[in-house]
Amino acid sequence: MSGPRLVRLSEHIVEIVSDAGEGAQKAAVSFAQVCAKAGNGLWTVEIIPSEIQPPPHTTGSASGNRIRLAENPVTNVGNLANVVFAFNEMALLSRFEAGTVASDALILIDDQWAEHDIEAYRQSYRRVLNDVRNKGCRVMEIPLEKETLRHVDNPQRGKNMFALGLLCALYNKDLEIAKGVIANVFKKKSQEVIDTAIKLCVAGYQWGLDNFETSYEVPAVPTDAAKVAMNGNTALALGAIAAGFDLCSMYPITPATSASHVLSDMFEDFGGFVHQAEDEIAAIGVALGASWAGKTALTITSGPGMALKTEFQGLAVMTETPLVIVDVQRGGPSTGLPTKIEQGDLLHALYGAPGDAPKVVMAASTIEECYYILSVARRIAEQFRMLVIVLSDANLATGQQLFDRPDVSHTPRRAPLDLSPVPAGTLPYDWDPVTGLSHRLIPGQPGGMGVITSLNHDRNGKACYDSERNQRAHKMRSRKLAALQKSLQPPEIHGDPDGDLLMVGWGSTRGAIEEAVDMARKQGVKVSSINIQFLSPLPPGLKEIFSRFKKVMTVELNYSDDWGDPLITEESRRYGQLAWVLRATTLMDIDCYAKVPGRPYMPIEIRDEILRNVETPSEKVPAESHAKA
Amino acid sequence: MSTIIQDCLEETCAINPHSIEDYQSEVPRWCKGCGDHGVLASLQRVMRKNNVDPENVVTVSGIGCSSRLPHYLRTYGFHGIHGRALPIATGVRLARPEMKTIVTMGDGDCFSIGGNHWLHAIRYNINALVLVLDNEIYALTKMQVSPTSPAGTRSNTTPRGTYLQPMNPIGIVVGMTNVSFVAQTATWLPAHLDETIERAWSHNGLSFVRILQRCPVFMPKAYGEGGLNFPLVFLDNEDGIPINPALLKRGPAEAHNQRDINEALKVAARVDPAPMGLIYHNPDLPAYEDIRHSRAKRPDHETFLDRLDKVMDRYAV
Repeated sequence: MSGPRLVRLSEHIVEIVSDAGEGAQKAAVSFAQVCAKAGNGLWTVEIIPSEIQPPPHTTGSASGNRIRLAENPVTNVGNLANVVFAFNEMALLSRFEAGTVASDALILIDDQWAEHDIEAYRQSYRRVLNDVRNKGCRVMEIPLEKETLRHVDNPQRGKNMFALGLLCALYNKDLEIAKGVIANVFKKKSQEVIDTAIKLCVAGYQWGLDNFETSYEVPAVPTDAAKVAMNGNTALALGAIAAGFDLCSMYPITPATSASHVLSDMFEDFGGFVHQAEDEIAAIGVALGASWAGKTALTITSGPGMALKTEFQGLAVMTETPLVIVDVQRGGPSTGLPTKIEQGDLLHALYGAPGDAPKVVMAASTIEECYYILSVARRIAEQFRMLVIVLSDANLATGQQLFDRPDVSHTPRRAPLDLSPVPAGTLPYDWDPVTGLSHRLIPGQPGGMGVITSLNHDRNGKACYDSERNQRAHKMRSRKLAALQKSLQPPEIHGDPDGDLLMVGWGSTRGAIEEAVDMARKQGVKVSSINIQFLSPLPPGLKEIFSRFKKVMTVELNYSDDWGDPLITEESRRYGQLAWVLRATTLMDIDCYAKVPGRPYMPIEIRDEILRNVETPSEKVPAESHAKA
Repeated sequence: MSTIIQDCLEETCAINPHSIEDYQSEVPRWCKGCGDHGVLASLQRVMRKNNVDPENVVTVSGIGCSSRLPHYLRTYGFHGIHGRALPIATGVRLARPEMKTIVTMGDGDCFSIGGNHWLHAIRYNINALVLVLDNEIYALTKMQVSPTSPAGTRSNTTPRGTYLQPMNPIGIVVGMTNVSFVAQTATWLPAHLDETIERAWSHNGLSFVRILQRCPVFMPKAYGEGGLNFPLVFLDNEDGIPINPALLKRGPAEAHNQRDINEALKVAARVDPAPMGLIYHNPDLPAYEDIRHSRAKRPDHETFLDRLDKVMDRYAV
């Protein structure tokens, strides 16, 4: 037989969802690896319920992945899904409720529910399929359960591998690559498990060849460059090792914890420790103690943990002890959306600690940057004797990106601890009167004995309570930020240096914003964008850049009141967090597009926002996104 | 050998190059009659006796009167935040196990706001001398009831008397998994205090020492007005804290085997008379930092790079 007709595409987005525990995650991650190994550009996002075993066959139980595969490198999650492979109709419905599926998508769904013993399942299956057909989707019912049962007794343990084979057929992927991926995914299991998984994958592949009318070809651009694929938390963990950290002290919290899983697996081989502390407060305390004692330490957490760490943040600032905190942001306030993305901790990172506590705040904008950012953070923390907070988020943490393999030979050689004697009377805070910088003393250095204290203190480290020395100590700690700011460069502008609209982002929204800007520019809109990596101190030149655009607005994944909402006026509107900071620092009327969808922005959503905010270009293009935010 | 002869010998033979002044920094600003003075002096004596270089000692504290001690002891001191001395000390131990580590806290600091760290530090069994200076009151904040305040204590937050029975911290510590050294002493027994700190100093693990003392300003009546009328019993064992015959005027001695956890639990449950001396001792438990360091060795630079490159292979596509 001739097999499916091949359609060439430059990119495609496929979502794979099942009940939690049914293995869609594993099918999707395996398929993503197949695409990566084939050389496709790639970005994946996890779809994760908050519970381990939520009630099955409900929208809240949907678990899986979204995979964007492309001919060229991709920098974000992409727009509406073109294919959804659902193991049941409620998992499928959850994706439509999220508003992230194209109205003409191809839907693959397990057909076992059509004739299921439970009538409610039969009914809801028919209803959901009718609805999606009416939207314009093409539905293909797959005998997923039935076919899997031909090879294994328990279809729960195998459907996903059949699904993997099916996807390989749908995307015309090399089955040999898939077999290699399976062997790697199950490398800790028995050979029997691997053989069964491969058998199911082959069966799924064959079923696809026999039954698909069409299959897709997203060509890969051949490249000689060595690449790696990993998620942002893994990149942070490997980056921490490469940056020379000695200790990571943490307390389990979603979505930060998997970084410490990776570190725990290998850190001892590099002479490092992961210390799982008794609570979030102890976690930062242990890191601070280790750092004060001369080693390099970080703590990694998420929003609720950040809240608990604020008093220790103040202590790090007051004692000028170098320290790095990674905050993998999730939805808030309180427990909020533990597994989902939000950029809600910016103001907390900047101002969470009581009193005036100047510190450095940086944000990673890509998974690749998660790898490199800790080297920068460490250097700043040690040179400036400062607290550095690195912001990541749930999107970077669990998504996968393909990037150039880091060259580890650039890793600097670590100098042994300098414990040479210092002259008696050496001051622990020998502040340079201009920059506020000082050399720190390491316990063990003869001659340097003294106390460092959480109380206000003078250059000699001793507590003092008078107004003059309180003012001076504040000044010295603050001045370090100004000194650091002098070494920063203005952000690069994506697009023209002037125009009608400037979109300002920070963190992981970068890729989606830049793609949206590119789309709008093709439509004739004079729009550009910047990404701000340093949130404290802000980079120089922002006001000058802003002044070249008719309108400036931030794009953020945090809450702002919408214009037009009841009671919301110019005086009462609460802005997105970066907008708040930029309005305060530039005294410019900076607007914001700031929402809390619990998922990354799609480029078309931002493109539509761009179109809403500029004078109508010559040919007006109607907004096409119907995504809920 | 008596201390005087020993001091004389050491000075003459220059066995001990350190003087007490080597461990002194600024003049303490504690109230007159406060037990903290005695603890500081005792620590300085023990440090001199052990001939320790002050730069190789780290002293960590929390917040409260007793937590000012690192300001007055010439070491590398870290005067931290309320209740959090033990996590800082744990970080120091992991980073620099070669540094002698002292932790000083008050009763509110350790037993109340730092309660979680207290329990877990004992379980970690970090190698540190942990002194809790227990005066049964929050003093620096001007007289609020603490977890160890006796029943009925009138304070600024309990003007009509406390509502609860006091906590028995010794019972909690001895009941904690992985406990390795628990002793109790008092500032009105300076020789016993010295011997106890000396004994705790040489223990490899977390030596928990509760030091009973009154607050002359806000809790002058603590412990029977600072020991004048306080029922206690000295735990007697040739391997325990030596009992100077003069001490027996304060209370009787009683045989105790501090190596037996069941005996220790019985003693720890008793508050009247208060057991003084070495309550529990297990010298064989490994310290947390020793366990961790035995499993993590920093490779040389080339091996480090080689291993990092191999890790990259796992993620290569």
